Amino acid sequence: MIVTYVFVFLFLLLVGYLIYLNVVKREEINSNVYNTKQDTRTDTVIRGSIVTEEGVVLAVTNVDENGNETRYYPYSNVFAHVIGYANNGKAGLEAIANKDLLSSHSSLLSQLNNESGNDKSQGDTVVVTLNPTLQQAAYNALGSYKGAVVVLEPGSGKILAMVSKPDFNPNTISEEWQSMVTNESNSALLNRATQGLYPPGSTFKILTTLAYLRENNGNYENFFFDCTGTLTEENVTITCYNQSVHGREDLKSAFAHSCNTAFSHIGLDLDCGQFKKLAERFLFNTSLPTQFPHSESVFKLNRDSSYGEIMTTSIGQGDTLVTPLHMALITSAVANGGVLMKPYCVARVENSDGDTVSETKPSIYGKMMTPEEAGVLTEFMKETVTSGTAVELSYSGYSAAGKTGSAEYDSGGVTGTHSWFVGFSNVDDPDIVVAVIAEDGGTGSQTAVPIARAIFDAYYY
Amino acid sequence: MSNLINLAVQVSRYLIIVLMVIYTVQSYTVFRRTNVRAKEYVFLRQNVSMFFLHFIAFLVMFLKTMNMTLAVFYGAQVIYLAATLILFKNLYPKASKLLINNMCMLLTVGFIMVTRLSADHSCNQAIKQFKIVVAGTAMALIIPVIIRKLLVITKMTWAYSFVGIGLLGLVFVAARVTNGAKLSLNIGSFFTFQPSEFVKIIFVFAVAGLLADAKDFKRVVIATGLAAVHVLILVISTDLGSALIFFITYLVMLFASTRNPFLVLTGIISGALASIAAYFMFSHIRVRVAIWRDPFSDYSGGGYQICQSLFSIAAGGWFGTGLYQGSPDAIPYVEQDMMFSAITEELGGIFSICLLLVCMSCFIMFINISMKLTNRFYRLVALGLGTTYAVQVFLTVGGGMKLIPLTGVTLPLVSYGGSSVLSTLIMFAIVQGLYMLRRDEEDKDEEERFKKFQQQYQSSGDPAGYGNPGGQY
Repeated sequence: MIVTYVFVFLFLLLVGYLIYLNVVKREEINSNVYNTKQDTRTDTVIRGSIVTEEGVVLAVTNVDENGNETRYYPYSNVFAHVIGYANNGKAGLEAIANKDLLSSHSSLLSQLNNESGNDKSQGDTVVVTLNPTLQQAAYNALGSYKGAVVVLEPGSGKILAMVSKPDFNPNTISEEWQSMVTNESNSALLNRATQGLYPPGSTFKILTTLAYLRENNGNYENFFFDCTGTLTEENVTITCYNQSVHGREDLKSAFAHSCNTAFSHIGLDLDCGQFKKLAERFLFNTSLPTQFPHSESVFKLNRDSSYGEIMTTSIGQGDTLVTPLHMALITSAVANGGVLMKPYCVARVENSDGDTVSETKPSIYGKMMTPEEAGVLTEFMKETVTSGTAVELSYSGYSAAGKTGSAEYDSGGVTGTHSWFVGFSNVDDPDIVVAVIAEDGGTGSQTAVPIARAIFDAYYY
Repeated sequence: MSNLINLAVQVSRYLIIVLMVIYTVQSYTVFRRTNVRAKEYVFLRQNVSMFFLHFIAFLVMFLKTMNMTLAVFYGAQVIYLAATLILFKNLYPKASKLLINNMCMLLTVGFIMVTRLSADHSCNQAIKQFKIVVAGTAMALIIPVIIRKLLVITKMTWAYSFVGIGLLGLVFVAARVTNGAKLSLNIGSFFTFQPSEFVKIIFVFAVAGLLADAKDFKRVVIATGLAAVHVLILVISTDLGSALIFFITYLVMLFASTRNPFLVLTGIISGALASIAAYFMFSHIRVRVAIWRDPFSDYSGGGYQICQSLFSIAAGGWFGTGLYQGSPDAIPYVEQDMMFSAITEELGGIFSICLLLVCMSCFIMFINISMKLTNRFYRLVALGLGTTYAVQVFLTVGGGMKLIPLTGVTLPLVSYGGSSVLSTLIMFAIVQGLYMLRRDEEDKDEEERFKKFQQQYQSSGDPAGYGNPGGQY
């Protein structure tokens, strides 16, 4: 009888969903920031340490003679957002790796010994990919700007540095909690590297260029544009930054000099549906492949958009918003010959004896573009460094490629310009990818490029 | 010493799962066995697994708490379970042993978890539940007699309707507000009575009475009106879970009696339209749906219960944390609405899957009985009760896992709640009564066949040539 089958199906659906929860969703739920289940383990386990692959300690639990435990962060503010905190809730890696830190994989014998002596067992050590030299350099270089820096290794997806400012001292977070929560304009607890949404400005021209390449089967040599400093279409006028007039230029030089009128012109010829598809393939309007809590980047253009919207979107203004980590991922796909590696921060988990419990292997997120497309974009970004807006990075002893951005914003009448840079070094075999945003830093060349240079320098010298 | 206890607790986790798996497998293999003796062995194995599981669980809880009340309470439960099994089997040799075993198994799991979750170490809550179960079982022992002997229960359609609507209306008008839903009436200080639990049964009887003669379209219309009134009162009382149970039960019974897919399709469509209308009319429904879609966006508010439930399920994994090793008490109203999540956390996902399969086995048994009955009224009653049971399990388990929006109904026989366990015991007893009716019928058939056979035998003993007209050719 059909009714029986329907209800048997429903019962089996419940069974199937429980299996699904266990197989697919379990890790995600267990590492949810609100999850308090692991906290009961603090009665039996001493929270494990967070160390770098070179063995530098970033977070450790000290136990005094009376058994009182304190979580200590040797670098104080420098790793504030990425390492996070374990008091007053949890954030950063302290939240993501919470389960590992509170698991003890030390041998059964030593666990039994500990329990009989009423000693707690030592939680596992989480080994992270972060590089203190780069983190410190990025932290110092960003200075007093609000903003964020992300440094990745494009070939593996390792996150080498992640800075967000304003910051806080995780050692004293309990005392400062109240003032930080109430000071909304500062929002120091927010990890801007993953949660800050900014207009991408001219850094977005990387994707506009890619869209152009795809619509023209990779042919760009015949592209020429006469920049008169402005371009008007249906009452919307786009001007080049600082009223520059770039004159007759090809695509490479339009890219290197970040010519707004040329790129709005390109945008008007693009198929907006395809453009949107491309942006969404590049992780707009969706979540990023990372466990860090993050905001979804926004791309709104569609077939019904007005000319004004198309022009502003093509130069990274309009309604488009992006997170710094997201820009770093797009850049790393270019640097890695079109292949995007999944970003990760936890290299492995070790027990207290140093034996590996689990390990993260680099994994491919997807093939985002062909090696040829990546090659063209790399060449353009190299030109930006040799003769364009990021010329400060030339004559540095290493080769670099990149794109600057000067993202104008208007938030409730308050206007200003955020300074962007995304790029990578050692162009032939890229070493690191850097994404920098300095809020109200002016043009990319002014502020973000020097910050990026400080990070590249720290890597090579 | 503490090491030894820890070791015992760790081993017991797996032992409990193994016993549950054995029990569950038996409750399906029994359908394939035709040999009566083999069946008896299966039932015996089930009883042994159940008592073992019960013993190990209480041993662990005792070792963990060293609470003497638990030892005494355990003894009382063993006596109860043994008495129930023996009484049923001896008073009603024709009763379905699988259904009795499943009932006792579900009650056992309920005893374990309600005891585990009893907030105070004196187990007051669990003991109260136990008393109600004992009283309910005493009632349940009489019910099969009533079903078998009193034909008048098939003819009281109007009485059922009035009592059902009256009770629900009374709740709506006079009941106090609990947990955002007007659900219960206070009777003395001991018992908070939830009429909707009992109206479910009465409703099934009323609809069965009306639809038993489905040739009469007027009666279909009346039955539909009756169902609509029930559902409407429940929706206004914000008891959405019960409203859904009534609605689906009605549709299933309607389909079974009319065999008209068009009517049912109309029902489903109008139900869907009504849900959409209700979604826009009642803010509490919109809130529920919003919470279901993203519980973490309102974590500290309305999403808290479902978030904690998911944390519990994920913490348990396949093998569970072990009794007293998890923190299922972090889920609000865990012992009523979220028993399944608590079980998954401490006894594990494999155990929970088995539990679901045991519930499914009960449902299959209900339907099995329904299909073999010849009287249309009884057929519909068995089908209706089976449907309410299945829908209720689906709502509470699916809600706890965030497969569907949470509706806050109990897991029958397992969850804490006097009205719920009492009405489910009655429901099982009614189905037992119907099962025995069916076997009475079978026996009668057998007798008749035997008589016919005898007659034939006698007639064929007559002189040749008279009895066989075809022989002329």
